[in-house]
Amino acid sequence: MYQYQHGKTGSNRELIRVENLVKYFPVRAGLLQRVVNHVRAVDDVSFTIKEGETLGLVGESGCGKTTVGRTMLRLIEPTSGSIIFDDRDISQLKGREMKDIRREMQIIFQDPYASLDPRMPVGDSVMEGLNIHGIGTPQRRFEIMMEVMKWVGLEEYHARRYPHEFSGGQRQRIGIARALALMPKFVICDEPVSALDVSIQSQILNILKEIQSEFHLTYLFIAHNLSVVEHISDRVAVMYLGKVVEMTTRDELYRNPLHPYTKALMSAIPIPNPHLKRERTILTGDIPSPLNPPNGCRFHTRCPFAMDICSQEEPVFHETKLDHWVACWLTD
Amino acid sequence: MTQYLLRRILASIPVLFGILLVTFIIARVIPGDPCRAILGEKATAAVCDRFIREKGLDKPITQQFVIYMGEVLRGDFGNSIRFSLPVTRLLIERLPTTIELSFSALLVSLLVGIPLGVISAVKHNSLIDVLTMLWANMGVSMPVFWLGLMLAYVFSLLLKDTPFWLPPSGRVSAGIPSAPFYKVWDLTMPESGFVPALYEFVGRLNILNALLTSNWELLKDAIKHLILPAVALGTIPMALIARMTRSAMLDVLGQDYIRTARAKGLRQRVVVMKHAFRNALLPLVTIIGLSLGGLLGGAVLTETIFGLSGVGRILYEAITARDYGIVQAFTVVIAVFFVVINLLVDISYSYLDPRIRLE
Amino acid sequence: MTNAENKIATLDVEGISLQSVSLWQITWRRLFRRISAVIGMIVLGILILIALTAQWLAPYDPTIPMMDMNPPEPAKPRQDPCIHAFGCPKDQPQHIAGTDGNVRDQFSRLLYGARLSLMVGFSTVTFAIIIGTVLGAIAGYIGGWLDNIIMRFMDVLLAFPSLLLAIAIVTVLGPGLINALLAIGIVSIPSYARVVRASVLSVREMDYVSASRALGGDMTQILFRRILPNALTPLIVQGTLGIATAILDAAALSFLGLGAQPPTPEWGSMLGAERNQVFTAPHLVFLPGIAIALTVLAFNLLGDGLRDALDPRLAHIS
Repeated sequence: MYQYQHGKTGSNRELIRVENLVKYFPVRAGLLQRVVNHVRAVDDVSFTIKEGETLGLVGESGCGKTTVGRTMLRLIEPTSGSIIFDDRDISQLKGREMKDIRREMQIIFQDPYASLDPRMPVGDSVMEGLNIHGIGTPQRRFEIMMEVMKWVGLEEYHARRYPHEFSGGQRQRIGIARALALMPKFVICDEPVSALDVSIQSQILNILKEIQSEFHLTYLFIAHNLSVVEHISDRVAVMYLGKVVEMTTRDELYRNPLHPYTKALMSAIPIPNPHLKRERTILTGDIPSPLNPPNGCRFHTRCPFAMDICSQEEPVFHETKLDHWVACWLTD
Repeated sequence: MTQYLLRRILASIPVLFGILLVTFIIARVIPGDPCRAILGEKATAAVCDRFIREKGLDKPITQQFVIYMGEVLRGDFGNSIRFSLPVTRLLIERLPTTIELSFSALLVSLLVGIPLGVISAVKHNSLIDVLTMLWANMGVSMPVFWLGLMLAYVFSLLLKDTPFWLPPSGRVSAGIPSAPFYKVWDLTMPESGFVPALYEFVGRLNILNALLTSNWELLKDAIKHLILPAVALGTIPMALIARMTRSAMLDVLGQDYIRTARAKGLRQRVVVMKHAFRNALLPLVTIIGLSLGGLLGGAVLTETIFGLSGVGRILYEAITARDYGIVQAFTVVIAVFFVVINLLVDISYSYLDPRIRLE
Repeated sequence: MTNAENKIATLDVEGISLQSVSLWQITWRRLFRRISAVIGMIVLGILILIALTAQWLAPYDPTIPMMDMNPPEPAKPRQDPCIHAFGCPKDQPQHIAGTDGNVRDQFSRLLYGARLSLMVGFSTVTFAIIIGTVLGAIAGYIGGWLDNIIMRFMDVLLAFPSLLLAIAIVTVLGPGLINALLAIGIVSIPSYARVVRASVLSVREMDYVSASRALGGDMTQILFRRILPNALTPLIVQGTLGIATAILDAAALSFLGLGAQPPTPEWGSMLGAERNQVFTAPHLVFLPGIAIALTVLAFNLLGDGLRDALDPRLAHIS
């Protein structure tokens, strides 16, 4: 039997902390292809995730949330800032040390069709982590793989099949199994249900929740769909154009959003009640380019409540109420 | 757009430098003693020493390369060791032949290949399609030299004494008057320099010359001599072009915007020519650019078989005879020619595909 | 048993065929559906058979002139084909395809030529693929200035017409079949380097490669296990078509006298030796050429069939 090693419940310690994370991508142009500008994908992002908790990270496409996830895992190298995992600064680790840390943090990808190597039977994909770290004997690894497949609701005979023989939902389950095989403490779910049909989405979300409570996992759940995030998160952070604009507990965010952007997102959630009239906050204009973000508060160009100071100075991300953080001049 | 072009040109410079370097190395590395190869086995040491000194072959290699680069940039290719003539003179004499041949072969391949490709695509899976593709596959598989010999056999031997007879070698038959156009027009020109060279060059393009001087006999004769080599040389590109046109057209015809065009009520011919064909041009241009390489290689073989003294055959003979002058010069000319063609192909891309223009 | 297992066991698992079908099997099936590819494979099979059994099929030794045989045979150079079953008088020695300029049996030479051509094709392409893959993988995976240098070098190679460059290399090395193979191999390298580089570039960014990195895989593991196997497909197609080109180029070099030297029975050199006799003894030119054409055609048909069968756009059918 494959048992998850750590099952500590009730402890409130912080598992992973991100401090002033920055990622700029260089843009080359001109005759000699010199760097002329940077895409400011992630611009000074900080947050904490406690053991066993799920932090939802929401925002529109291009706001930088996927980059945050990949940078935390060092799949992309951060431009600056630090990542502290289990009280260790992993931002600069290399080689063997980083490889060992990788066992504790894994990722589930968004695109079920690109996340599995089409040339390998799925069982081999699930076993890949075990093989890389040389865990046990080959026979043992096979047994572990079989067991992990069952955790996500797949049968043993599926292991020999190839990815193209499965549906999108099944492939996502395989991806989850692959991430779990190494028994990580922390899993980044990068929009795991965005590419699936609605009926399958709830299946996958339920698997994720069951597994989290069973194995005491910590999640960073990246999504752009607020209803999905509401379903699974304990705390939520909202990102816009590379910055976190609001962060608080799930209930507080959905009950009492403070930032105008969050309010706009909330008001766009469809409610299945045609008779209920709501006040809709509709944003004007297009998303500015991350190459050249607006001065001051990045949201001021589309904000219905923008004041003069908003275009001059960037608001500070501060704790305006207990455990409710916002970056907006309105809340001062 | 100009930036894109400038960048492409800039990128070509190291390639050109590399070509010069490779050509120089190959010419120098060819084993064998150039002195004895040219002057014969019995040449004495003294004679050879003088020979080497005269041709500048005793200086250190790096110095030779620098001198060589300078000469190339000035357009001075030196003398052919074998013919004791300036290489440029040989170029003027032989290049027109090859150009006429390659051009006609390309023309043949385009005029036959493109329509066949288009028809096959439009009548997908019909008998015409199957037959054309069968023939195209065979065309790509035949060795050029074999095809040339077989064509010569059929048209010069089997069809002798028929109106379909074609001559198996040479560019013109003996006895046909072929005065170059500048003599016929009685043009005055300077003694030497670029202009007379250009005139002579054009004058040696038989078909063009015949047209310029309204010499119909020469025209007919030159064309007759050109048919077999051009068809032999052009068959492989013809097959490639037919296949590529067909597959590009099939790709395009399956697209949604073609369905829209048809739904708009446009006639089939307009749909095909205006929308489908234009978008199929891009991969076609690639193939044409690539085919030119094969044309030049095939020119060596075709010229050998049909007894044409063009650049290809001379180059081959020069390589085997270790005539450095010709080898270096002609290879550089050919390679530069290719780089230019590639550049033109790239430029035409940006003209044909607006998406690339905006890069 | 976890709660997850319990709850999910009742979920619907879509109907999947009992037989697992790998991508290779799918490719194989699709290949066989194309008639042209099947024809190509049949012809190829026959050729391989001939190449393997030439010594038993050939009536004579391909390199020995008739008068040097023991006992010497009376035969004239460039004799017309003499087939007893078709009416050639029994007192004349049978030469199914006639004799060549040096009074060697043409038919035996044709049969042995198959062996030579196949060997030429496979060895050149193997050489070029190995070197091209190494260069292309380095260029694509590491990128940067290394990529630039390697690709510029490939461009320089491609700037010369391939036949002329091959001629030049052979002249440097000296005429002979091995040198001709080396020359053709060198000239073919750039196309494989490009193919591999393009594959590597496209696969490098895929999620399953990122997954391998997240799981802890290092650079070499990822290159060999995830990236290169996906370059296999276009390589196979390019390689099969490349064999066709290699055979043609080798024949061309031999035709010019730079490749196989007499008495080696190579089809191109057989053609070249008799080219001036095309009007008087056409069979000596026609038959070797047909042999080349058929061989090259077979590889071309097979290559085209493979290209269509391996087309990733149709890969999602199961």
